[in-house]
Amino acid sequence: MSALPPAVGTGAPATPATRPRGRVLPALVVAAAASLLLALLVGSVALPLRDLAAWLGGAEAPLVASVIELRLPRVLAGFAVGALLATAGALLQALLRNPLADPYVLGVSGGAAVAALGALALGAALWVMQLAAAAGALATLALLFALARRALFTRDALHGEQATTVVLLTGVMIAAFASALLSVVLTLAPENQLRTMVFWLLGDLGGATSLPHALASLAVLALVLLLALRHAPALNLLLRGDVQAFTQGVDVERTRRTLVLLAAVAAGTVVTQAGAVGFVGFVAPHLVRLLIGNDQRQLLPAAALAGGTLVVLADTFARSAFAPVQLPVGVVTALFGVPVFLWLLRRW
Amino acid sequence: MSATAAPAVQCRALALHGGARVLVTGLDLAVQPGERWVVLGPNGAGKSSLLAALAGVRCADAGQVWLAGSDIARRDGLALAAERAMMTDRWHDPFAATVLDTVLTARFRFGGASEAAVQAARDELARLDCGGLADRDVRSLSRGERQRVALATALLQDAPLLLLDEPTAHQDPRHQALVLERLAQLGGRTVMATLHDVNAAARLATHVLLLTGHGAWTAGTAQAVLTPARLSELFGTRFGVVLADGQRLFHLAGSPDQPSAPGP
Repeated sequence: MSALPPAVGTGAPATPATRPRGRVLPALVVAAAASLLLALLVGSVALPLRDLAAWLGGAEAPLVASVIELRLPRVLAGFAVGALLATAGALLQALLRNPLADPYVLGVSGGAAVAALGALALGAALWVMQLAAAAGALATLALLFALARRALFTRDALHGEQATTVVLLTGVMIAAFASALLSVVLTLAPENQLRTMVFWLLGDLGGATSLPHALASLAVLALVLLLALRHAPALNLLLRGDVQAFTQGVDVERTRRTLVLLAAVAAGTVVTQAGAVGFVGFVAPHLVRLLIGNDQRQLLPAAALAGGTLVVLADTFARSAFAPVQLPVGVVTALFGVPVFLWLLRRW
Repeated sequence: MSATAAPAVQCRALALHGGARVLVTGLDLAVQPGERWVVLGPNGAGKSSLLAALAGVRCADAGQVWLAGSDIARRDGLALAAERAMMTDRWHDPFAATVLDTVLTARFRFGGASEAAVQAARDELARLDCGGLADRDVRSLSRGERQRVALATALLQDAPLLLLDEPTAHQDPRHQALVLERLAQLGGRTVMATLHDVNAAARLATHVLLLTGHGAWTAGTAQAVLTPARLSELFGTRFGVVLADGQRLFHLAGSPDQPSAPGP
């Protein structure tokens, strides 16, 4: 039994030492790059790799240039959306020690969607709508904090175990309320806007045509991931309970507040870019956890890579399977995500 | 009070409530460095609550607590982690992790686990007869094994004060003796532990704190406080004492007081 070589001490939760954890991150980087390339090449107009290489080599190819110009923002936005959702999901799952936690469950995405669609119904410009989405995410979070204040802000770490349940239930209720508000907005909205709105609700990357916006989403991703990684050692301790983490030196409330805020910023950014894409926040962290265990220092970047890859692939499928008709990407992530999630639960 | 040796733990007018009940009130305590205190009392008397309050994990309902001379209300988590380690009897192992990695979480306050810390963790596990468990999944352990791993974790935090909630729980006689022996060999470290076994308390303690759970308390040296009369009153069942090999051995004598009948 004890003939195994000693595991390298990391001070963090780990899988059994036999799993080749070190190879997972590089493999995910390769997979992400491959998915990005595939997404650029595949679509209603196929782009041969040869032509792309020639164009990159400086050859004159107006068709290639216009296809790239069309697809690049959407592909990058898709990656950012998936990576942000997976990061937010991983953070919330670890913080609440609950596999059900995810921006959608906590109502953050719902609140963002209410604000965005409300703005749309009032005839606001696109950028106003996007701003409203971000504001909606933060407002929902503020509401969540206010309602769960007693649970979140207490020094009494013994009660922290109950706090996670209180926050989760509060979030579920906010999500239900947001859903009701959305129905009101949809019912009252002008007929000609309904189709756009429904696509937003389902999660759609069809509107992601702005390269600066996609790059801004990627910048938010980098920032969120970097800050989250700084708190990863503390998150590793929080996994084992608030009391234990506090006695070992973690500033429980501050860490939790910072990380919940990061998750909200991530979720809000996603809504401005693609509306409400579901299931990636659940599935990507779980999938990665099976591969590399639960050390947040590795799990967070790995989940981001996996989530980005999943959404890029899902969106490629969404816009090419029934071309020229495009499915909303949120439908594809749900169609694939739900069976995968159920399969993961069986393996647990 | 001399400036050189502040008490390891000091509390003044400390009160702890459990819902509407007053568990402890007006508790004044000064625990000197290196002393080993055992907290005794019936179930629900507030022993765990007291340890939690001294650790800064739970707010006191009145009064103040100082660790090594500084008010715990003014210290953040990281500073407190350098002053005290706490072992509770509640573990949360929601995800798979090796025993070694679990013990090494104690090194968070040092910014991570060095090679030396890994060796220290292995040594501590070996001393507590958990040497063969280092690479096991912590969720596969028995309760007794998990409790000793929790004790090793608390020890590896390298804090001068150890607050231990039932360190001998779930231990067979040999492992109970092993744990008590380890706790008696901690050099200058201060120990404050709750126990249920009066004889284990007599073996470990230099000082004893009795909590009735109704507000009253008694504190003093083990020799003075551990008497059959006091224990009989505290626990509501008669104790006797015999001398065996020069040690006092407490034993139950007679049947316990019956639960009081419900009022009309």
